[in-house]
Amino acid sequence: MAEREQKKKTQTQRESEELREDVQAKNESAEKLKADLDDLLDEIDEVLEENAEEFVRNYVQKGGQ
Amino acid sequence: MAIAKVCGIETEYGISVLGSPDANPISISSVLINAYVSEVAGRVGWDFETESPGNDARGFSFEAPVNAEMETHLVNTVLTNGARLYVDHAHPEYSSPECISPKQALLYDKAGEEVLKRAMKASRRFMPPGQEIVVYKNNSDRKGNSYGCHENYMMDRAVPFAKIVKQLTPFFVTRQIFCGAGKVGTEFLGSQGGVSFQLSQRADFFEEEVGLETTLKRPIINTRDEPHADATRFRRLHVILGDANLSEFSTFLKLASTAVVLSMIEDGVLDDGEIQILSPVQALKKVSCDPTLKVTIDTTDGRSMTALEIQWSYLDMAKKYYERDGIPTVGTSEEVAELLSLWEDTLCKLEENPMILKQRLDWVAKLNLVQGYKERHSLSWDDPKLAAIDLQYHDIRPEKSLALRAGLETLLDSKDVGMAVFEPPKETRAYFRGKCLEKFGESIAAANWDSLIFDTGKDPLRRVPMMDPLKGTFSHVDGLIQSSNSALELLEGLGA
Repeated sequence: MAEREQKKKTQTQRESEELREDVQAKNESAEKLKADLDDLLDEIDEVLEENAEEFVRNYVQKGGQ
Repeated sequence: MAIAKVCGIETEYGISVLGSPDANPISISSVLINAYVSEVAGRVGWDFETESPGNDARGFSFEAPVNAEMETHLVNTVLTNGARLYVDHAHPEYSSPECISPKQALLYDKAGEEVLKRAMKASRRFMPPGQEIVVYKNNSDRKGNSYGCHENYMMDRAVPFAKIVKQLTPFFVTRQIFCGAGKVGTEFLGSQGGVSFQLSQRADFFEEEVGLETTLKRPIINTRDEPHADATRFRRLHVILGDANLSEFSTFLKLASTAVVLSMIEDGVLDDGEIQILSPVQALKKVSCDPTLKVTIDTTDGRSMTALEIQWSYLDMAKKYYERDGIPTVGTSEEVAELLSLWEDTLCKLEENPMILKQRLDWVAKLNLVQGYKERHSLSWDDPKLAAIDLQYHDIRPEKSLALRAGLETLLDSKDVGMAVFEPPKETRAYFRGKCLEKFGESIAAANWDSLIFDTGKDPLRRVPMMDPLKGTFSHVDGLIQSSNSALELLEGLGA
């Protein structure tokens, strides 16, 4: 009985540890994703046409199919 | 019965000049293409001063104009990879050679981007200081003007066109969930407003279900009947609905799934259990305007289905068809298994959360950029910066392209793309066209999709017809081309 409880406890402990690791991994990957997006947005700021309004206004394409 | 899905993509590129926004698009398209031809072929002496350099100066033109539309083609070149590069209306256009499979058509579409990149570079020395030609691979100027990215698929002439229309329309209305190129806002005048982002560049511009038009009242299914091959055996399905994709996954999925569905139609696989959409044109726009993919569309038998559900039903039938038939019309058994599994994987991920595919599909990649930027700078959806990101996603200059920065996964080897800029596909008649141009270019008076016209100097012009896209391949003609020392020898060998 005691042994079973011990087993159960170990299992529960293991599960919660796994869960903690899982959550941690998820947080890390979410943080990494956010950092990746931040880098990407920094890069857009660098290369985006300076005068967006004028760029968009001047882009006219007639005579297409 | 299903026949080989020989296919290809023709893309009208957007074009503008930095430092001269009012430049005439027809002249700058001509400069761009002539610059490429002069650079690549090492031909000098081309008159870049004139705005209409003329059709046949170097003997690389297509045959005489056959209709009003052809007359506006000012510059017209055939490349050694079998493609056609020309000015169509007011755009530079690259039509890929005939390809044997969706994967190969993807390769030659990417090679086309490379051609245009090289053309942009080559054009710099022909432009005044401070001016630069810039090319965009997209379909709209965000002011109501659209330009196409057309696919072509070879089909069996025996299949009634009405059946193609009926069985293909629901697929076409919904395939944008993986091959839309994304758009901020709307250009559809009848829009009720409140459209922040769309899956498709082109959905705004479609007004009919079926028709011949390509420049106004555009139809979901285009009826242009110009097979460029034996018209008693073949049909060329000319698809005008699609967006120009930067993502290799989007282009490949578009070509592969469409080729499979067309084979299914030819083999009668879709004859039972058809889905019919009640109002296809409205449904096309409705699906485009919903990046959550939750919106439903009504079918004629009273069901409400999402675009994903309709795609699943086509995929389920395709999988069964593959188990029975292997679908050799689209590729080897392994290739088809791979493309079906990619189609399935894409639908699964779209169902779970489309953002998972932000490095695979164009519209998702663009939405990720636009949404992130909007949040970072607290912008509203109508901020010109978001419109600028939308346009610049499609700028093909590596130093400016936002698609390139989105980290899109690839399917192709860049070495293969480099090769495809010059080398034709081995498995179609494009091989004969490309290799003859490479070796006997001086003796070719004109080229067309279905013929080459030789001028050997003495005799009258001699026309070599190529009415079957699957003849004139490497295995048919390479030996002869290699062993012929002149065009005359080649023609004798062909018995032409």
